[in-house]
Amino acid sequence: MYGWIFRHLPGPLWLRIVTAVVLVAAALVLMVQFLFPWMSEYTQFTDSTIGAASQP
Amino acid sequence: MVLQEKARPAAPPTAGVVILRGAVQVAGELLITAGVILLLFVAWQLWWTNVESDAKQSEVIKEFAQDLGAAPAPAPTAPPAEGEDFGEPVVGAAPGHAGTIGIMYIPRFGPNYTRPIVQGTSQDVLDTLGLGHYDSTAMPGAVGNFAVAGHRQTHGAVLDNIHTLVPGDKIYVQTKDGYYTYIFRNNQIVMPSRTDVLAPVPTLQGVAPTERFLTMTSCNPRFGAEERIIAYALMDSWRPGSAGPPAEIATQVAAAIGKG
Repeated sequence: MYGWIFRHLPGPLWLRIVTAVVLVAAALVLMVQFLFPWMSEYTQFTDSTIGAASQP
Repeated sequence: MVLQEKARPAAPPTAGVVILRGAVQVAGELLITAGVILLLFVAWQLWWTNVESDAKQSEVIKEFAQDLGAAPAPAPTAPPAEGEDFGEPVVGAAPGHAGTIGIMYIPRFGPNYTRPIVQGTSQDVLDTLGLGHYDSTAMPGAVGNFAVAGHRQTHGAVLDNIHTLVPGDKIYVQTKDGYYTYIFRNNQIVMPSRTDVLAPVPTLQGVAPTERFLTMTSCNPRFGAEERIIAYALMDSWRPGSAGPPAEIATQVAAAIGKG
């Protein structure tokens, strides 16, 4: 899959490497901004409040 | 595969085999991707959230210092004698949700431990702003229970060292009115449903308080949330902002407020 994507990126090899790095960086930013905060709502490893009083 | 082709050179893979190989490869790559994303999630939660929260909390302290700046802090060169009595403590009005109440200084957690105390215990407060004040409980200095929650791990790990408190340790709360000194008394590990630790007299439901408590809640064990660790403290003394900070935290206060 990733090999297929890499082969279908346009331009010479160096440009494809640059594009691939940019794509990976963009995926990372999207994960940190949206995916991980959303995931953490479903994994309460760190809830530090007490009982129902935590809900304002 | 190379060996097989050598052994049977006349048998090219059929279309079905090619599609199957492709499907297996894509599935494998997706599974590896999912594993990498989970590892990144762990790194994000255990490390990156701390970086983000620390930056945000410094900002909150800076803003609080700027608000204090209107009333210039007196030079801490001549602190009044310890044990001086300033009368009944002033109890400030509770701010709106996510409003800053003040700063907490706990020398036991290190000389640079300065964390903002913010109104509310919802995720938006606890995950970025620092210690969250249970808005149903008393304000600092009031007779009753001033209760705050904070993360043990991740998001700044504001109460990571809560288990290292020793009875007698001082916990300082600075608000715009002054400095409240609490003395740590004991801790307790309870189930998350024990709302009575937030009662005006902690764990004694329906009893009228005569003393000023500080209760801190955090998760327990350190990397889990099956239980809660509770730290109880009692107010010892109070001094108005105009009297300057208590001697023990004078340099921390100067460092925190001086940024403003």
